Amino acid sequence: MHVAVCIKRVPETGARITLTADAQEIDTSYLGFTISPHEECAVEEALRLVEKHGGTTTAVTLGPPAAAEQLRNAIAMGVQSAVLLETEQSDWDPQATAAALADVLRDGGHDLLLFGNESADSGGYQVGVRVAHALGLPCVTGVKGIEIAEGVAKVRREESGGWEIFEVPLPAVISVKEGINLPRYASLPGRLRAKKTEIVRVEPGWSEGGLRRQRLLVPQEHGSAVEVLGEGPAAAPRVVEVLKELGVA
Amino acid sequence: MILCLVEPGALSLEAVAFAQSLGPVQAFSVDAGGTYAPGVCAAAIVQLVDRHSPEAVVAAASDRGQEAMAHAAARLDLPLAANCVSAQAGEQPGEPWQVVRQRWGGSLLEEATLSGPVKLLTVAPHVVEPAAPVPVEAFSPELTEADLAVRILRREEPPPGTVSLTDARVVVGGGRGVGSAEGFGLLEELATLLGGAVGGSRVVTNLGWRAHADQVGQTGARIAPDLYIACGISGAIQHIVGCKGAKKILAINKDPHAPMLARSDYAVVGDLHEVVAAVIDELRRTARPATGA
Ligand SMILES: Cc1cc2nc3c(=O)[nH]c(=O)nc-3n(C[C@H](O)[C@H](O)[C@H](O)COP(=O)(O)OP(=O)(O)OC[C@H]3O[C@@H](n4cnc5c(N)ncnc54)[C@H](O)[C@@H]3O)c2cc1C
Ligand SMILES: Nc1ncnc2c1ncn2[C@@H]1O[C@H](COP(=O)(O)O)[C@@H](O)[C@H]1O
Repeated sequence: MHVAVCIKRVPETGARITLTADAQEIDTSYLGFTISPHEECAVEEALRLVEKHGGTTTAVTLGPPAAAEQLRNAIAMGVQSAVLLETEQSDWDPQATAAALADVLRDGGHDLLLFGNESADSGGYQVGVRVAHALGLPCVTGVKGIEIAEGVAKVRREESGGWEIFEVPLPAVISVKEGINLPRYASLPGRLRAKKTEIVRVEPGWSEGGLRRQRLLVPQEHGSAVEVLGEGPAAAPRVVEVLKELGVA
Repeated sequence: MILCLVEPGALSLEAVAFAQSLGPVQAFSVDAGGTYAPGVCAAAIVQLVDRHSPEAVVAAASDRGQEAMAHAAARLDLPLAANCVSAQAGEQPGEPWQVVRQRWGGSLLEEATLSGPVKLLTVAPHVVEPAAPVPVEAFSPELTEADLAVRILRREEPPPGTVSLTDARVVVGGGRGVGSAEGFGLLEELATLLGGAVGGSRVVTNLGWRAHADQVGQTGARIAPDLYIACGISGAIQHIVGCKGAKKILAINKDPHAPMLARSDYAVVGDLHEVVAAVIDELRRTARPATGA
């Protein structure tokens, strides 16, 4: 089976977010970049499915030239080929992104298109669904387990502590959530291969979407001061007092 | 008029309240003949939009709300703004709206314009007070086979008696500072004494010390307990967005400058193993003796 995975390059933010002066972007001068966690799991799932059933894996991203780094990370994990929809523009809304991805995926002959349930940065919760719709494919979102037999994917997702089970005929679009698997680390041979593999570069067709970012804002933090109950084990009596005050002990 | 999709659960009443702030609201639920199918929800929204020409369709940003709206947006080829915290209608019908929506699971906000003849948006959890219950029309859309192609075939219920992270009154969370899978034994003990559940940071689920189901944060569970006890967790924004719904937070950390402390109501500075063990002892010592048989 042929599996394509759509991944997105996002900054690896830590304890706080700083914005650029024009409030258009996160200031990434001191930050590294990563693949959204859900999508890293999508990459892992693609590898496992192909290890089990045979076939090929391709990673696809739409982003700046530097997004080649995330494609190389996916190759280092074991993905075979990679496509970069290279663009310097940053105003790709979910509609525009999905349209561009659908264009390159349309004639790819894939049996399965894997997405993250939502991207880590913009969190639109829709690009996978829109691609499915554009390609006329069935789609399940939020998936945390995939089994494939005889051209049908049996998938499960969590709902109020229980599980919902769906079946979808392939080809299909499935968006996954972190927790579906534990992604592997890149191997040394994988990293070497990642350096050598040629990334296919495509210029995506931009279309104006209807959700236009104007500026970013860092939300107000809750202001209340912290009460230090003590240091080390000697704090225990005071902690228990507080637990009792709060009615939890 | 604003259409509002109502599903079971409190989040939908928040969506109703959000919608009421924008105009007169007509609430509907989707009758999918006893099952759940995203295609049926999408068909319902598309048909109701056609019938009523609303200014907007609003739903809670729950898993299902998000899914239904994404499908409807794709079918209608309209933009969709997910996880809005506020919205302001344009001066004239059809003009773009001004919305503020969450990015990064809520650790960042975005001001944006949302265009389209009908505005589609989902409402971020816990940004508005829920509305009083409103009349809800149960709508059964006309369906094609394709609408039902993807639907729930069956459900597996959780084992009875499990305290889920999202329902627990107390959550004891552990991070890298816990040091090992075994180190969570102490946290389990504390959670059991408090009738709560154990959670963790992404680091501990990535290291395999805990199952991912226990992860609190942007790509894990959003919890809202009365008390969250964060042990050996540094307080990265992606973790904070998962636990900021807690009424009170107690941080136990050996680093007095860990960002987690600044986000907490109470803190103990010290080695978490020593502190948690001492708290367990103290709880046992001061517990009222059991009465009855
Ligand atoms: C897109 C994205 C999504 C993410 N989603 C999530 C998510 O859902 N949930 C999540 O948690 N993270 C998430 N992360 C990861 C997040 O950025 C942090 O890396 C992670 O939360 C850090 O985990 P930690 O606090 O356990 O570890 P660390 O940051 O390593 O902190 C360990 C803490 O333990 C303290 N400590 C060490 N030893 C002791 C001791 N003996 N006693 C007391 N204190 C001690 C240290 O002082 C330190 O503060 C995400 C990241 C990205 C980029
Ligand atoms: N620029 C992009 N390049 C490749 N895939 C993307 C991009 N943006 C979003 N996706 C995919 O679509 C999923 C959902 O994104 P979103 O609708 O933004 O939450 C992500 O988890 C990715 O799998």
